Amino acid sequence: MRTMLEVSDLHAGYGGEEIVHGASLTVADGEYACIIGANGCGKTTTLKTVLGLLHATSGSVRMDGVETKGMTEWQIARLFAYIPQVHRPPFPFRVADVVLMGRTPHLATMSRVSEHDREVALESMRRMGVLHLADRDYTALSGGQRQLVLIARALCQEPRLLVMDEPTASLDYGNQELVLSTMRDLSLEGMGVLMVTHDPDHALYCADKVIVMEQGRVVATGSPRETITEETLERIYGIPTRVLDVEVAPGESRRVCVML
Amino acid sequence: MTHAPDDLSDGMRPGAPSASAASDAPCPPQRPAQPRTPRRQLRDTPADVERARESQQAQAQAAREALESRVPLVTKIVIAAVVVAAFILSFAIGRYPISPPELLSALWNAATGHADLIDGKTATALFNVRLPRVIVAMLVGAALAVSGASYQGMFKNPLVSPSLLGASAGASLGACLGLLWGLSSLAVQLMAFVGGLVAVGCSMWLNRMVRYDPVLSLVLAGMLVTTLFQSGTSIVKLVADSDDKLPAITYWLMGSFHSIDQRDLALVALPMLIGFVLLLSQSWKLNVLSFGEEEARSMGVRTGRVRLIVIFATTLVVSCAVSVSGVIGWVGLVIPHLARAIVGPNYKRLLPASLFIGAIYLLLVDDIARNLTVTEIPIGILTAILGVPFFVFIFRHNMRGW
Repeated sequence: MRTMLEVSDLHAGYGGEEIVHGASLTVADGEYACIIGANGCGKTTTLKTVLGLLHATSGSVRMDGVETKGMTEWQIARLFAYIPQVHRPPFPFRVADVVLMGRTPHLATMSRVSEHDREVALESMRRMGVLHLADRDYTALSGGQRQLVLIARALCQEPRLLVMDEPTASLDYGNQELVLSTMRDLSLEGMGVLMVTHDPDHALYCADKVIVMEQGRVVATGSPRETITEETLERIYGIPTRVLDVEVAPGESRRVCVML
Repeated sequence: MTHAPDDLSDGMRPGAPSASAASDAPCPPQRPAQPRTPRRQLRDTPADVERARESQQAQAQAAREALESRVPLVTKIVIAAVVVAAFILSFAIGRYPISPPELLSALWNAATGHADLIDGKTATALFNVRLPRVIVAMLVGAALAVSGASYQGMFKNPLVSPSLLGASAGASLGACLGLLWGLSSLAVQLMAFVGGLVAVGCSMWLNRMVRYDPVLSLVLAGMLVTTLFQSGTSIVKLVADSDDKLPAITYWLMGSFHSIDQRDLALVALPMLIGFVLLLSQSWKLNVLSFGEEEARSMGVRTGRVRLIVIFATTLVVSCAVSVSGVIGWVGLVIPHLARAIVGPNYKRLLPASLFIGAIYLLLVDDIARNLTVTEIPIGILTAILGVPFFVFIFRHNMRGW
């Protein structure tokens, strides 16, 4: 797999306070990468810097070898689509309008929406299975449905990489699984994903690559089975944990983490 | 995890997207059968499959229509008809009523260059008094409504009005100083206009000083500046001569179209039109901006620039409005909600709708203001009295989204 996103020796933070002290990571084409780590370890700061929402104090973010520093918002928005946590906008926009807003970086100066933009939005909704919700109010949907709409909006941006920050934080158990399996399927179809999660089980469930962060540095990178170990979890979360293989079907086992 | 992931892997097949099955909202009744699961497939007749495909096509068609997001023709016609009706009505009533046929023939003669054919008294009443007043009332109503709608999106808050950053307070202080110093009415208007710009400029300067959350600190700065300029106005009232200047100031602060003439119209028309065009050009970006700063930027919107354009255009039109008509409250808060109830929250539709409905509303309220009693009621009082129950009514009907 070809390397797509390359973050090297990134230093970033808010105001004068540096939170990320030299993080390096890569995401390849179609790879599902998860960043795990304790609260305040710099996961979200790294993500925001990749998205261009924060400026790096030093280090670089490259996409296909091209530095993103100095790119305009719309240029970055064509590379990365950010999927926020489920939220409530102040007005009851319809689902179709919300999804179509993902076309913003592709619209010309006067924001004229073309037939092609509508086709892309239609296809994104169909892909996420929210076509039948197109005419409903976004604010009236359940949390899981809203998250699927936000993913459809992100697909509408036609990005190279989907970026998510704890997308399942406010969802119930079933909807968490729905969103994660959807993201995994998208990744299997060739979409790159970079996701921050606070739950190592989520990383085990869907990631191809896990990036472990601690106090603003990347301390381990590799496959989920290599990186999510009892020692690592105890080190970053500070609680004793068991990592077990559980047989979920004959001949099929899954690895899970259990807090002690 | 019993969920079958293949349900999500192919949205093209006939059958409903089962993604929604795991969510907790009620399923829409039109959800078709799922012919793909083996157990069902045995029972599905070709007719069932056909039905499922048709229903999928119907869904796609409905989604296409939702994406088009047009205002229904009926709504457009109704709004246009009410604009025309309110316009004609405003001439037919008042101290010098001009009946619709008289009005139309006079306008026709004026338009075709036969102004000399119009009866002299009618011509004076029409072109020097009534027509400027009607047009200015409509422009001011449109300005307040469209600015209120824009601010509500930009500040992600449905309870925001166009005076948020101090435009009204600044314009008031400017005008009151002008009245205190006994300046000409043109100079008073210019003072009001400059006052509005200065107040909003102060808010933006404070915002840059504080460097906190870009939206929240702007709101706080607006509150501080508004308070400061209102205190200034109070000082002006305190020192004003209570025999002639204080009544003039008090009357001005209550808002009125009483003294509007052609010159006022000529003064505000162009800057207001520029402001309207600027705001309408940002309507799509206001949609995105109402989802918040970071999301908007991640979707490619240069949020700082959009905010600057919206604040500039809003301040321009509100300062123009206040300078000719005084302080008229509630229009900028109420009308966007009425417009939202009619055309929905999408700014591509909401801003034009607010523009027209604001124009109609203020024109009709002005008709009431000049006809209800023998002496004219300041319109600012009426918009407040009407605004409160109106707002309660709309709020009850609009509650679904908030």
